[in-house]
Amino acid sequence: MKRSLGLLLATSLIATSLVGCGESSSSESAQTAGNGDVIKIGVFEPKTGENGSGGAQEELGIEFAHSVRPTVTVDGKEYTIELDWQDNQSDKTVAATAAQKLISDGCVGVIGGYGSGTCIAAGSYFSDAMIPAIGTSCTNTNVTLGNDYYFRVCYLDPFQGTVMADWAIEQGYTEIAIIDNIGNEYTSGLVQTFKDEYEAKGGTIVTAETFQTNESDFKAILTNIKNSGVKAIFAPTDYVYAPLLLNQAADLGLEVQWIAGDTWNNPVLTEDAGDNAEGVVLDCFYAEGGNEEFDAAFKEWINSESKYLEANLGTDNIIGNQAMCYDAYMVMCNAIESANSLEGTAIRDALASITVEDGVIGGTVVFDENGDAKKNTTYVLEVKDKAFTFVEEVTHGE
Amino acid sequence: MTISYFFQQLLNGLSLGGAYALIAIGYTMVYGILRMINFAHGDVFMMAGYFAIYSMAAFPWQLSLPIVIIGTIVLGVVIERIAYKPLRTAPRMSVMISAIGVSYFLENLANYLYTAMPQSYPQIDILKQIHTFGDITVSRVTIIAPIITIVLTFLLMTLVNHTKLGMAMRACSKDQDTARIMGIKVDRVITMTFVIGCGLAAIGSILYFTDRNTVQPYSGSLPGLKCFVAAVLGGIGSIPGAMVGGFIVGISQIAITAAGYSVFSDAFTFVLLIFILIIRPTGIFGEKATDKV
Repeated sequence: MKRSLGLLLATSLIATSLVGCGESSSSESAQTAGNGDVIKIGVFEPKTGENGSGGAQEELGIEFAHSVRPTVTVDGKEYTIELDWQDNQSDKTVAATAAQKLISDGCVGVIGGYGSGTCIAAGSYFSDAMIPAIGTSCTNTNVTLGNDYYFRVCYLDPFQGTVMADWAIEQGYTEIAIIDNIGNEYTSGLVQTFKDEYEAKGGTIVTAETFQTNESDFKAILTNIKNSGVKAIFAPTDYVYAPLLLNQAADLGLEVQWIAGDTWNNPVLTEDAGDNAEGVVLDCFYAEGGNEEFDAAFKEWINSESKYLEANLGTDNIIGNQAMCYDAYMVMCNAIESANSLEGTAIRDALASITVEDGVIGGTVVFDENGDAKKNTTYVLEVKDKAFTFVEEVTHGE
Repeated sequence: MTISYFFQQLLNGLSLGGAYALIAIGYTMVYGILRMINFAHGDVFMMAGYFAIYSMAAFPWQLSLPIVIIGTIVLGVVIERIAYKPLRTAPRMSVMISAIGVSYFLENLANYLYTAMPQSYPQIDILKQIHTFGDITVSRVTIIAPIITIVLTFLLMTLVNHTKLGMAMRACSKDQDTARIMGIKVDRVITMTFVIGCGLAAIGSILYFTDRNTVQPYSGSLPGLKCFVAAVLGGIGSIPGAMVGGFIVGISQIAITAAGYSVFSDAFTFVLLIFILIIRPTGIFGEKATDKV
């Protein structure tokens, strides 16, 4: 028994190492075929952990953008772009390791990612190594603040929180409950900005409930909310908690208007929460229909291979994050070309002064002094008949 | 605070505590016999959640529930055979580290097989029916979880105290070598311990996830730790202790969260652990440690 087990283990070890060899040799040959004309762009996304689902969706956006524009031209020479995928596991400690791996791999730039906390954790590594990074959907202010090398293409929490607070007031919800995830930069930041605007507009926050990361039992806080008698809840949590909150609220007979942030714009929502997701209102970076050419090309690409379709949960629906990823990739390529250099500092300087109008789908990208794209439009969606339905486009400020 | 609010929260606490209790029993039983803490138990519980998702997709619930329980038992026994049995004569610390390894292995395996996406747990109508009593709305599983827990604990106590297998288990927990000399097949007893522990974890997982709707690869890690605390609190090695410990941990978690201190709800569990280790290291129902010299 023991011997046969040992034999089995040994064989499997040899087999895996052989497979490993096969893979590594093929990727080496790909590199040598390019004769050094390959540059790496790092992808900093969570593949696993609580944000794994969001990361998986974003990767599709980047992969698609890569298929559309696989090369950049610098100094008259065409370079093939290779994507360097690193999984930050939705974990701030792993985020540092993933960032260091990207740096040591010699990436010229980094794109990502989903989840503000991990981006903040990785930010200083990128700036120390002088590698520019473009955030896709990390909406917390602190991602780019004080970091010369972190840019981002999406809007920020202060904007998002304001829009949703205004929406709640407009709909006549003058009393609301708030659910905050302690230790989560994204949720806490958004809750704070929502609260400021909501109270400034005369709304009352009746109850502010909190929960800890990895919690799966929300019955206690939902019972508190039910007891308070509010008609609406603002819960801009990470996606993972969305179906838990919705389903457990239904079990408790809690019937309220749920208001969330961009993270809930995830196709799994209607699958996991079913009828309980009906009526949920959220905002997102991009709504399907904004750029029909892009929509069609992306859908065709998703349908071209079953693995893409599977990663997009069997549908060809486009979520806002994917549009942001596409834009981030395109902006990075534009910056490399306009810098006409593969040096981090040169690309950074190019980013700081770049204006990208063509080829991006979420609106013109111009970065302000913090490195944030000047965005003032968001799309409010409502879940209707198991689909995210466009409600209105909201533009604020300039 | 209205009466209905109080009862709603109490029911929340009892149902959570019931699921915790069933998992805690698994920790306590393995500890009782092998004197090791099976850190992989929480992840076995998580795997039971995935088994339910996949079996329920293919079969009606009457058939899938037994499949889930049997699948979980097989998983538990296989883990024992591969990761713990070869280390039977090794120092206890090695087995413990092996258990931690299995725990990570299962989490990563689940990540690989089922992706990090939370998957929605199938709804069994008979468990999911919503009852309304005045202001209180509960799903049926919330009410029956504590009842099932108490009944199963009672059955298990009967098994341990009044059957031949139970006697063998008690003998093994006292002294394995002597038990072996007396003709008890120690390995079989250990296997049976894992069968029972994992079976209860499977039932606990059905009760827990039906009420909480989604399973993801890390669903088992925090509940696992809390149930371990529950087992220590009740007195590790003691079955009624694990049950009481599970209820205490579950109810206090809900009470703290309901009072608005959810920041401390996880911390409280571990403060409780430290506290009990200082005040009463053997736990509430703990056996008196008489170390033989």
